[in-house]
Amino acid sequence: MHESFLVYAGFRYLKIASIMCIAAIVVYVWHSPPDQPNGGTWVGYGLGGLGALLILWLMWFGIRKRRYGTESRLQGWLSAHVYLGLSLVTIATLHTGFQFGWNLHTLAYGLMLVVIASGAFGIYAYVRYPRLMTENRRGITNNEIYTEIGELDRECRQVASAMPDEIASLVLVSCNETRIGGSILRQLSGQDPTCGTARAFAGIRDLAASVGAAHGGDVRKLISLLGKKQTLLSTLRRDVQFKAMLEIWLYFHVPLSFALLAALVAHVISVFYYW
Amino acid sequence: MTTEFDIIIVGSGPAGLSAAARAAQRGVNHVLFERTDHASDTIYKYQKKKFVMATPDVLPLQSDMRFEAGIREHILDAWNNGLDEHAVNIRYNAEVTAIAGSKGDFTLTVNGSETVKAKHVILSIGVQGNLRQLGVPGQEWERVQYQLDDPLEYDGETIVVVGAGDAAIENAMGLTAQNEVIIINRKGEFARAKQGNLNAINGAIESELIECYFNASPVRVEPGLLVLKTPEGEAEVKCNRIIARLGANPPRRFVEACGIKFSSDDPSALPELSATYESSVEGLYIVGALAGYPLIKQAMNQGYEVVETILGHPVRPADEPLLEQRFSAIEGMSVDEVLEAIQTNVPLLSHMSRLQLREFMLESRIHRVKPGDIIFERNDFTNSVYSIVDGAVDIQINPNDPSEVVTLRTGAFFGEMGLLSGRRRTATILAHEDSILVETPRRAMLKLISSIAAAKRVIDEAAISRQIQTHLAPNIDPALLDEVVSTATIESFSAGDVMIQEGQTSDDVYLVRSGSMTVSRRIGGRDVVLSYIPAGNYVGEMALLTEAPRSATVKATVASETIKVDAGAFKRLLAREPALKSEIEARFRDRLVQNVEVEQRPDSGDIIEFLVSQGLGEATDVLLIDESLCVRCDNCEKACAETHGGRSRLKREAGPTFGTLHVPTSCRHCEHPHCMSDCPADAIQRAPNGEVFIDEKCIGCGNCARDCPYNVIHMAYPPPPKPGLLQWLLFGMGSGPGEDKTPSAKPEGARETATKCDMCKDIAGGPSCVSACPTGAAIRVNPEEFFSITASAKSRSL
Repeated sequence: MHESFLVYAGFRYLKIASIMCIAAIVVYVWHSPPDQPNGGTWVGYGLGGLGALLILWLMWFGIRKRRYGTESRLQGWLSAHVYLGLSLVTIATLHTGFQFGWNLHTLAYGLMLVVIASGAFGIYAYVRYPRLMTENRRGITNNEIYTEIGELDRECRQVASAMPDEIASLVLVSCNETRIGGSILRQLSGQDPTCGTARAFAGIRDLAASVGAAHGGDVRKLISLLGKKQTLLSTLRRDVQFKAMLEIWLYFHVPLSFALLAALVAHVISVFYYW
Repeated sequence: MTTEFDIIIVGSGPAGLSAAARAAQRGVNHVLFERTDHASDTIYKYQKKKFVMATPDVLPLQSDMRFEAGIREHILDAWNNGLDEHAVNIRYNAEVTAIAGSKGDFTLTVNGSETVKAKHVILSIGVQGNLRQLGVPGQEWERVQYQLDDPLEYDGETIVVVGAGDAAIENAMGLTAQNEVIIINRKGEFARAKQGNLNAINGAIESELIECYFNASPVRVEPGLLVLKTPEGEAEVKCNRIIARLGANPPRRFVEACGIKFSSDDPSALPELSATYESSVEGLYIVGALAGYPLIKQAMNQGYEVVETILGHPVRPADEPLLEQRFSAIEGMSVDEVLEAIQTNVPLLSHMSRLQLREFMLESRIHRVKPGDIIFERNDFTNSVYSIVDGAVDIQINPNDPSEVVTLRTGAFFGEMGLLSGRRRTATILAHEDSILVETPRRAMLKLISSIAAAKRVIDEAAISRQIQTHLAPNIDPALLDEVVSTATIESFSAGDVMIQEGQTSDDVYLVRSGSMTVSRRIGGRDVVLSYIPAGNYVGEMALLTEAPRSATVKATVASETIKVDAGAFKRLLAREPALKSEIEARFRDRLVQNVEVEQRPDSGDIIEFLVSQGLGEATDVLLIDESLCVRCDNCEKACAETHGGRSRLKREAGPTFGTLHVPTSCRHCEHPHCMSDCPADAIQRAPNGEVFIDEKCIGCGNCARDCPYNVIHMAYPPPPKPGLLQWLLFGMGSGPGEDKTPSAKPEGARETATKCDMCKDIAGGPSCVSACPTGAAIRVNPEEFFSITASAKSRSL
């Protein structure tokens, strides 16, 4: 029925990528050039050419993804993108012949490794977070949670209207100074240390002892309402966190792959210019 | 002005206007009498701006007056212009109160005093002049009315609407905008209303927008008060106004006083008429609603035809050229001869009147096929029904061996199983010899079944026999099934009805012919669903084989029909047919094993129950998202928008979730689509692969959106043209790739149309939501595949 992109078509692309890597290693080991292995031998050019084509093809994914109504499934492309992309680690490393230095060539190699690493995090995120998101939301949509929070705020205000000012003002803090989302770091953390609701909750809890007996019931009610609101807020913030985790790596993966493309072009031109 | 005319037309409705215009055009000495001070009172009294349909669409108009679908005002203007243009001699405020005499010498009394003479009389007074009254004391109160022109005329009143038909519901709904509305229904439900109105009124009652008294009837009226008889006793309803919409009766007393005979004593009975609309009084013709043809276009055509008939001109019915074209495949026969041949040869179609058959044939197609031509193939999703006018066809009863065939001959029909079950064709059918076939689309066939009892009976009898043969005993000589077939009966169930109760001692076998069922058992104090039975499968054989009480409960998931096969007859068949018996026993063992498996994993039963509660019991194809794979990229929605001119028909996040299985708000392509049930423009179709789609005939009435229980049809204005990628990128024009750009405000001159998923039927790669899903989270499944979902239930449950 449902089938993950990782197991797509019985691991077809994992198999292809593995065969390609093993073949590259065998050729590399079998081939013994006069001096040490490097990108300038026929094996080196072969691996380099293969690697460059792979990079171009992998970057084509960005365009393919936006072509809708196609005959083939995007899922197959993603599966291939993942496994063939990972295989680049082997292909490109063998292409270097393990010669590294402070030069443009190694920069291109390094950029490639960072792009692949960010992609690897993407795979991890895609496997881990979707299920956590569903569990976190417990079958309720975000809009329903927002509606419920609005309802809780209304109730809190109503209860607070007959309470001493210091409590009423804390309720207003909860209503007016609670934010979802915010900076990237705050989204990724899934928490908000400055959350108005948390402050109001703590403040009212501290004041609970000092308000008169007449307000005791109302204070307990407020604490319970704010407690409920906090639970909903943490659900929302965790949802934002997961969503951010699912997306953050793309902000590295995509720009860096363009940097890689530039470095790759420079690498190829310089190699042939100084040939 | 002379007081003697060749033709007098009484009543200026569509039929009367058309007749008068024809008479004027022919230069005949005529007069058209109208009771009120304006023409066409019935349509004049429609709600303002009401959209008037021009059904039946296929029927051409043959009249000197213009008419096409449009709002009330435009239609009335066109007719008033027509009156001037043709110089029709119309007299307003002239009520004909008596007609006496006979052909060539009629005497009509106008407004009780004046008399005029006529050679021929055309009576086109309709039935709306005789609205049914409340019939209770006090109904003379000036605020009791039987019409509503403009619901916005009233503001801040409490208004009681009496009646349960479409007019009553439309009035009540229209009035809610500014008034308190109470509706009085004599019955316990709104059975007569169209589906869209039914949903609207039930919704309004549920949300307390309208108060409803069911099983209540008016007893008396006092100014400001309506007294009702209800099951709980008398109730007093205070109100500012009473609007009674109780329908209309033919004005029988007046018509009978003219000497015209009626077909029966029933209050709704119609006058007896000849094929040329002549009544039992020679020279006195009746056309329009009073003749039994309430549709405007039909009435106008009749008005034209009847004048031609009177003048002795040969009358060529308006649909004649169309039928000629339809019948062009058959050379050398006139339209009448073909119609005659159809009615003589095909018993299913023999019960229609000639006029009904003409309309039926306008919607049908005639095929001429050669031996070996494929008529339809197994697993096609078409749902038209074929009748054999002449020739024979072969049904391939064994999918594995095309040479095993059953031959149907002249007079038989086939294809009704697809119509009844709403599922794929069960067999391939080829022409056996040169044959002439009539292919009738679903809608025309359903109309035939619902309006002619004899046709329904013929279809049902054949269907029972074929369904038992196909699904229960495929390899048995049909002759041996006679006893089983003759004792079988059809039973209908509403959603949630119990068909078999656990613990009962009965052992009939049920064949599900439409809808679907779930099998459940009470385990540990709760109902655990064991399996899902789609149409085309049987259930109940366990008790038959084990002779034990029923081991499980079987419930309908949606409105369903089953064929109940009598246990005794079926047992005798099994005793004679050991092969069938062992086949059914094998099926029984499989089910036993499956039940045990499900009982060990109750999650999978819960998933079936969840899916069924989401309407998948009537789905043919549904989008399911596995949330453990879905990365929430919304590429599915973007793909939908991009492939459908910028309007996404899918809402990924909306819709319920069970475990990690999510049913987004997206069309299920139901077996019997609710949206199709009330589409006045016939714009909703089913494609051969099963896709239910809306074509360009959509008039934007919104019925389908209201009828869909899953809220997947949306009314939207057409999106603005899509900018090029560079224009968007550099100049920020329009919307970007994948963005929903449905305009929220009404663009100038635009009309809303209904949009829904068409499963990307014109795209080679299939549904683009699925093909654009990068992770494999979005898939589309059909009911037969449900079990493979539940098989993997364990791994997905939280």
